[in-house]
Amino acid sequence: MPASRRRKGHGGDSKRATTSEQQSAVKFDGKAEEQKREEERKTKDLNHKNINNLKKARSKRACIDGCCWLIGFICSTWWFLLFLFNAMPASFPQYVTEAITGPMPDPPGVKMHKEGLKAKHPVVFVPGIVTGGLELWEGHPCMDGLFRKRLWGGTFGEVYKRPLCWIEHMSLDNETGLDPPGVRVRPVSGLVAADYFAAGYFVWAVLIANLARIGYEEKNMYMAAYDWRLSFQNTEVRDQTLSRMKSNIELMVATSGEKVVIIPHSMGVLYFLHFMKWVEAPAPMGGGGGSDWCAKHIKAVMNIGGPFLGLPKIVAGLFSAEAKDIAVARAVAPGVLDLDIFGFQTLQHAMRMTRTWDSTMSLIPKGGDAIWGTLDWSPEADYECVAKKVKKNETQAGGENGGVFDGLKSHNYGRIISFGKDVAELHSSKVERVDFRGALKGNNFANRSCRDVWNEYHEMGIADMKAVADYKAFTVESVLELLQFVAPRMMKRGGAHYSYGIADNLEDPKYEHYKYWSNPLETRLPNAPEMEIFSMYGVGLPTERSYVYKSSSISECYIPFQIDTSAEGGNEEGCLRAGVYSVDGDETVPVLSAGFMCAKGWRGKTRFNPSGIKTYIREYNHAPPATLLEGRGTQSGNHVDIMGNFALIEDIIRVAAGATGNNLGGDRVYSDVFRWSERIKLRL
Amino acid sequence: MSLLRRRKRSDDDAQQPPHTAEDGGGDDDKKFKSQKKPGKKRRRNGYSCVDSCCWLVGCICTTWWLLLFLYNTMPASFPQYVTEKITGPLPDPPGVRCVKEGLMPKHPVVFVPGIVTGGLELWEGHECAEGLFRKRLWGGTFGEIYRRPSCWLQHMSLDNETGLDPAGIRVRPVSGLVAADYFAPGYFVWAVLIANLARVGYEEKNMYMAAYDWRLSFQNTEVRDRTLSCIKSNIELMVEINDGHKAVIIPHSMGVLYFLHFMKWVEAPAPMGGGGGPDWCAKHIKAVMNIGGPLLGAPKALSGLFSAEAKDVAFARGIAPGVLDSDVFHIQTLQHIMRMSRTWDSTMSMIPKGGETIWGGLDWSPEEGYLPSNKTHENIGNSFCSKNESDSKVCQARHPNYGRIISFGRDVAESHSSKLERIDFRGAVKGKNHANSTCRDVWTEYHEMGFSGIKAIAEYKAYTARDLLDMLEFVAPKMMERGNVHFSHGLAENLDDPKYAHYKYWSNALETKLPNAPDMEIYSMYGVGIPTERAYVYKLAPTAECYIPFQIDNTAGDTDEHVCLKDGVYTVDGDETVPALSAGFMCAKGWRGKTRFNPSGIKTYVREYDHNPPSNFLEGRGTQSGAHVDIMGNFQLIEDVIRVAAGGSGEQLGGDRVYTDIFKWSDKINIKL
Repeated sequence: MPASRRRKGHGGDSKRATTSEQQSAVKFDGKAEEQKREEERKTKDLNHKNINNLKKARSKRACIDGCCWLIGFICSTWWFLLFLFNAMPASFPQYVTEAITGPMPDPPGVKMHKEGLKAKHPVVFVPGIVTGGLELWEGHPCMDGLFRKRLWGGTFGEVYKRPLCWIEHMSLDNETGLDPPGVRVRPVSGLVAADYFAAGYFVWAVLIANLARIGYEEKNMYMAAYDWRLSFQNTEVRDQTLSRMKSNIELMVATSGEKVVIIPHSMGVLYFLHFMKWVEAPAPMGGGGGSDWCAKHIKAVMNIGGPFLGLPKIVAGLFSAEAKDIAVARAVAPGVLDLDIFGFQTLQHAMRMTRTWDSTMSLIPKGGDAIWGTLDWSPEADYECVAKKVKKNETQAGGENGGVFDGLKSHNYGRIISFGKDVAELHSSKVERVDFRGALKGNNFANRSCRDVWNEYHEMGIADMKAVADYKAFTVESVLELLQFVAPRMMKRGGAHYSYGIADNLEDPKYEHYKYWSNPLETRLPNAPEMEIFSMYGVGLPTERSYVYKSSSISECYIPFQIDTSAEGGNEEGCLRAGVYSVDGDETVPVLSAGFMCAKGWRGKTRFNPSGIKTYIREYNHAPPATLLEGRGTQSGNHVDIMGNFALIEDIIRVAAGATGNNLGGDRVYSDVFRWSERIKLRL
Repeated sequence: MSLLRRRKRSDDDAQQPPHTAEDGGGDDDKKFKSQKKPGKKRRRNGYSCVDSCCWLVGCICTTWWLLLFLYNTMPASFPQYVTEKITGPLPDPPGVRCVKEGLMPKHPVVFVPGIVTGGLELWEGHECAEGLFRKRLWGGTFGEIYRRPSCWLQHMSLDNETGLDPAGIRVRPVSGLVAADYFAPGYFVWAVLIANLARVGYEEKNMYMAAYDWRLSFQNTEVRDRTLSCIKSNIELMVEINDGHKAVIIPHSMGVLYFLHFMKWVEAPAPMGGGGGPDWCAKHIKAVMNIGGPLLGAPKALSGLFSAEAKDVAFARGIAPGVLDSDVFHIQTLQHIMRMSRTWDSTMSMIPKGGETIWGGLDWSPEEGYLPSNKTHENIGNSFCSKNESDSKVCQARHPNYGRIISFGRDVAESHSSKLERIDFRGAVKGKNHANSTCRDVWTEYHEMGFSGIKAIAEYKAYTARDLLDMLEFVAPKMMERGNVHFSHGLAENLDDPKYAHYKYWSNALETKLPNAPDMEIYSMYGVGIPTERAYVYKLAPTAECYIPFQIDNTAGDTDEHVCLKDGVYTVDGDETVPALSAGFMCAKGWRGKTRFNPSGIKTYVREYDHNPPSNFLEGRGTQSGAHVDIMGNFQLIEDVIRVAAGGSGEQLGGDRVYTDIFKWSDKINIKL
């Protein structure tokens, strides 16, 4: 930098012009200077020193001045640009985009408005996990001044400012699954709860804006915000959220005279399943709305990306506090996440916090091996990971070599967790498994050295970890046992609130308990023959389905298991990448989990759907945004970005304005969900 | 590009000082120097200004960031620590004190915000408001007023005929606690109360902000937004989920009238009302704690409607005459404001009610013996007339004629009624103003009146509360036509008359019966000790016909600095907006005991809070304020609210707490009970 500056300086020198007046002026200056110098010359030794000092001081000053100047310059330019940006007409970015990519399609709200659609049915949004904001109502002294400020959502400024305090407040009590004493963190209410997750990162905002175009406003839109950390029944126990939702739906039905359209997203789908059972159940445990409440109040449930049957991703999250993204991050910068930098152990803290959140357990895969596959069988076994590449690049990949090769080699998706890549690929008869269930837990003697981070792994001892690894391959059913083994307390809380099985006999009175309400395989849909259920989800993105694990080599303060990122499929387009087998889905929820119930479990009159509620599957094929200007895309199939998918928004608007599933065109399918569903043997 | 070049040059300048030093070291380089220097000099002249500007900005920015950084790293308790150092330990906020006493949340609370304080956001607008979807037009930073003032006015106005949204515009109230916790950043309304209730254990499941569009007439909030239904449903829900504990309602300002309307609406049968049945209030409401409620209206609202001004505007005009009226920036501020606020039906709910019986006639008013000196004890300072006996006697002798809410000229305001020559304006013919078209886009109904109409108004000279209604009907017929559908300002002779079942009477305390809920309690809590507008001295504006033809005569003031008449405004005791009479009369007399307005004998309490200005700057808006909005941060009031919410009754609070002569004044009002 100084070098370049100097060069510029010289360049300046050569350009200098001279005029006599200035010369004289400068001479005067020079004279004065010279006088000074003459005085200095009297003491020659001192002179040199002085000059040196002067130089130093001056250059120092010049440096500070230069810095100040630079900052001032940058600021001024910045402000100038900001001013220009503010003065810019609001339509300018759109104009630029249109100039580059051609005219944009009308947003669906405008299009529908032109078609003459009007707001008819009130709509209710049920946000998913993580996307809803949480704010502080009471906290420890370290959270002073944050009353009614967002701890979750918004800018997340507090995470960086006081991380430990933040974690302490976001965690729930390990025993009760409710607030720890002295802390009250509550969900934000109203549309602001989940319109934007962080500044600029929309969740519901696009849908709300489009609905507003055809006349929706707050009197016929309601955001059923709830504390997504709690188990579903506890939201009622602590905040009366379910009662609140019931009352608001009743109010909207009463004031508009029309039934409501429910739009749950992600975990909200399960929450709303729970709600539908709760509202019709008799009073002490349920809402006491009577057995025809849903029939009277709900026109349609439009599930977006609903993990009806759970998420394999959540298994990895609970087991080792990581998923594909973290595993990749670890591969890119090994050691950073595990190291003890800054005095705290990020992943361990994250794990301790998330394990107190009961709601995560609602996402554990349900239905056991019958749905998710056994050691050697899985419904999606023949999924071709290349296939979608083929579609996109037409001829390039060649459907013959790559595709067929992959097709021949079917994946053992049923083994959700395998220890080692070889285990994942071997036939079950060749895998030697040692049962971990009998293994004794030894107290880890080095426990105390682990500072303040405590998780249940520290109680296990090394022998148990070995026992777990020796079992080698885990199907969904054994994963449940595994979780019970490694995290008994969490699963004890979870067992009181959730169930993951398949009901043999739905008449059994035990199914009246609330822990079954969020599992579609252990409940019946309400008796509402005119209701419609839509399953809307993105497809065309690789989605985590099963994992290759390894025991981590480092000391016992760390989480003892890690995704083995070195496990790669032989083929570049293989389904196994960085230790993760992927399948078709929306990057979070596999197609099977989002679509199975509507494709088969509830299709027609089944024992899960005794009144024959009509079901529709609407898949949205993922197309990445064409240009950077498009932001997160208008045709995305991603789990969250799909909320901005124009086709999906159009479907919702049409239904909200009065259309039925058949008006929309019935099913719209891109994946093999029907074929896969066929393979699942389930008594209906 | 030019900027870039400039930067390079000045970098070079920055290099200069050491350079010269070097030159100075070698003494015989004069020639070189003389060749080199001039160029530098010129460049210095050319760019030094820009450079030093940049330098200055840089310095300021750096310091600013440094301070910001320090501020951010500062522990949160630091400002409190400083305050305590200076003023001694602060009293515990009431929430903390109540927690220490062991109070727990019991009754759910409902806040009903007043006019102006609730936020409004845009749901649909014209093109000029693009990009403001779901952004606040009212409340928050008000950034849009400055950026696009006429667009903002257009969106904030309602339709002149229907009193609802104009076509293509939907502006809706913000919902939730955020609707009115802060009006603008840092300017709290409900936030302090919410924070203190939260300390006791309240949260969103037992606190509810009944936000409504305060521009609409009360019944229209139900027609357009279903707000009343929403409040009903939410109160029912909260009572249900809080073990059947009834709700405590806390309305503020106009919210008091809104909630009166609600209580009648909810029990009225279905097509017009909410159909909750005649015992809805008895079953769901424990107490209504009215804060600064203009139960009988506020004279301030009147001057606002009449000439779009009040004391503050008149005062501003006194300081800088001409600024507000002149046509600067091509915006006629006051006219625009008038046109906008006249479309807001709700303002008409605050026109003084009860006519001359309540507000006084030409020569009589209930407060006429009011001594401003009485209330200027400790804090307001002795400078006024507290110790000056003769002064206060003068004021007493003069008897300001508060009954004449508007007088034209100071002499009119002071002379006896028998000496007034009044020419009735009611028959006057309105002439079309021929210069009408020159007034650009601002249209107010004054332009239709013509000179003769305006003159007729001025010649009537003195207006009492009853005359004023006729006068408003004369000057603003369209507005009053809308208003008369929704509000009534009279005094009922016979409350059993079936006409009182109409909703337009519901918000007038003098034309409705309270619900049949003997266990309910009604509180009237308001600040006192601040001079409050009560009557005005007007004059005809001299300027051309494009302007509002009437103005408060700000030259009319007492020379002896007495507070009774200042800048054309007669003041009386109150909270700066609502006179004590309006806020307190109903609870002091109209509803006290079993009266015809209160057939079931609901208990009423008057709680006055004497105004104490904040003792120093650090205290902000004060913890003992009695001002209309600042009272929401009054510790004493908050404590009362918390105690009632935690289960206390009016008796336990200590019954009435009175500083003014409200009972004496009320006694003077001759009303059949």
